[in-house]
Amino acid sequence: MSVAPIPVAVSAPPAVALAGVGKTFGAGPAGTRAVTDVDLTVAAGEFVSLIGPSGCGKSTLLRIVANLIDPTEGTVLVNGKPARQARLDQDYGIAFQQAGLLEWRTVRANVELPLALHGDGRAARRARAEELLELVGLSDFAGHRPSELSGGMQQRVAIARALARRPALLLMDEPFGALDEMTRERMQSELIGICAETQAAVVFVTHSIPEAVYLSQRVVVMSPRPGRITEIVDVPLGTRDEEVREAGRFYAAITDVREALRGRPVPSAEASR
Amino acid sequence: MMTTGRARSGFAAVWPPVLFGIAFLALWEWFVNVRDVKPYVLPKPSAIWAQLRDNHDAILTAAWATGQNALVGLAVGVVVGLAAALLASRMRALDAMLTPLAAAVAAIPIVALTPVFNTMFASTSTIPRRLVVAIAVFFPIFVNTLKGLRQVDPVHAELMRSYAARPWTIMRVVRLPGALPFFFTGLRIASSAAVIAAVVSEYFGGLQKGLGPAITSAAAASAYPRAWAIVTAAIGLGLAFYLAALLAERLAMPWQRRPTV
Repeated sequence: MSVAPIPVAVSAPPAVALAGVGKTFGAGPAGTRAVTDVDLTVAAGEFVSLIGPSGCGKSTLLRIVANLIDPTEGTVLVNGKPARQARLDQDYGIAFQQAGLLEWRTVRANVELPLALHGDGRAARRARAEELLELVGLSDFAGHRPSELSGGMQQRVAIARALARRPALLLMDEPFGALDEMTRERMQSELIGICAETQAAVVFVTHSIPEAVYLSQRVVVMSPRPGRITEIVDVPLGTRDEEVREAGRFYAAITDVREALRGRPVPSAEASR
Repeated sequence: MMTTGRARSGFAAVWPPVLFGIAFLALWEWFVNVRDVKPYVLPKPSAIWAQLRDNHDAILTAAWATGQNALVGLAVGVVVGLAAALLASRMRALDAMLTPLAAAVAAIPIVALTPVFNTMFASTSTIPRRLVVAIAVFFPIFVNTLKGLRQVDPVHAELMRSYAARPWTIMRVVRLPGALPFFFTGLRIASSAAVIAAVVSEYFGGLQKGLGPAITSAAAASAYPRAWAIVTAAIGLGLAFYLAALLAERLAMPWQRRPTV
């Protein structure tokens, strides 16, 4: 189902490689089939969104990649390693819909947390946290508590925290879902910039079609009961900037994804095959 | 999130109860005067105050004796309650064993226990009283702390799993700080309970030091205003413990800025 090209000489392993992945919650006939028959490859440095209605298994799939839950069948490789090993090696950074900051720690200490748990020295941690807070534009808030920050600022701290160990893969589960539309668009633009700078691959779960289209090189369209991939839409938009949001090809791509979500044939996707 | 609380906690938060207290005392004084109530029924606030002033040293000495018992018992109860909660949160088998046991401890009528302890130890020992306080303190600390240790934000749980954090690391980084508000709720209850338990335990023989025996002997000598003055001192001691617990809470959790009275 995946249309990712298979390079002959592999310089870097794909960020994510899923083959025949399925997940059933509960056992026996009462079990719920959450995800079935998923094949997906995310190249190093690629930005891929998972989109679909509630219950299509997109968050479950992300958690399988993160090894927060185990798949019932199939193989999951992250950076060429089994998912469990990748988690133990902290090969990925993760951000959720809730920022999930530790409210008793300062902003700086929250960003330093993954570094501290990895055993990095105090000076190295401090330097990296300064760098990351600079990247997300929160240098002035390093000493503040999370409760003193707005929702968008908290989410930026969470993203900085996810980036702390320079992961080659960033997993994001509706990180902007709780933000207002204005903040959301600004955060999207910032994320594009951050990805360009860090060269990280991203798997991004979202409900929003414009968000998926604006951010991604490919949009993976999923449908529920049982959760599966129905379509993978290429988004050939080139460099993302604010003008892209107004461009005709942006709306064309949105239409593509929308029709794929409705299960209609997609002209451009068919043409590319 | 809770940023509006602090502004209110200054003068504005203090004057309503102070005003109410003054009005209440004035009404009490007036009522006793007008109805000519006898002191053995209800002494005047001014008479109680005069006794408090005149017997200043004796009352302080008694309060110090009771306060020491309450403080030592509180410390022991807190340490044991905390340790039990930590163990119970980490080991399911221990939890199944400790929680019913803790409920049983809570059901101990300390009044009934005191004479038993008094016969176990020498009559000059302060240990029975401190033991009674520790038992009264244990339960609120144990139950509240355990509840806090068990409540982990699902996002934090997933995050710590993504960091491949060990159980002890999760305890140190997430569970313990997250349990602090619960622990301090327990400590506030325990701090007042400690003083009450310390005073009550003094009524059942043993040493004749402390506020309890002082109240008994004043009442026996028909010195009712003095008895009331000592009761007032006991209230003051309880309040001091409670306020100390509040202060500790503020200092330990600077990120929680809501007024917690």
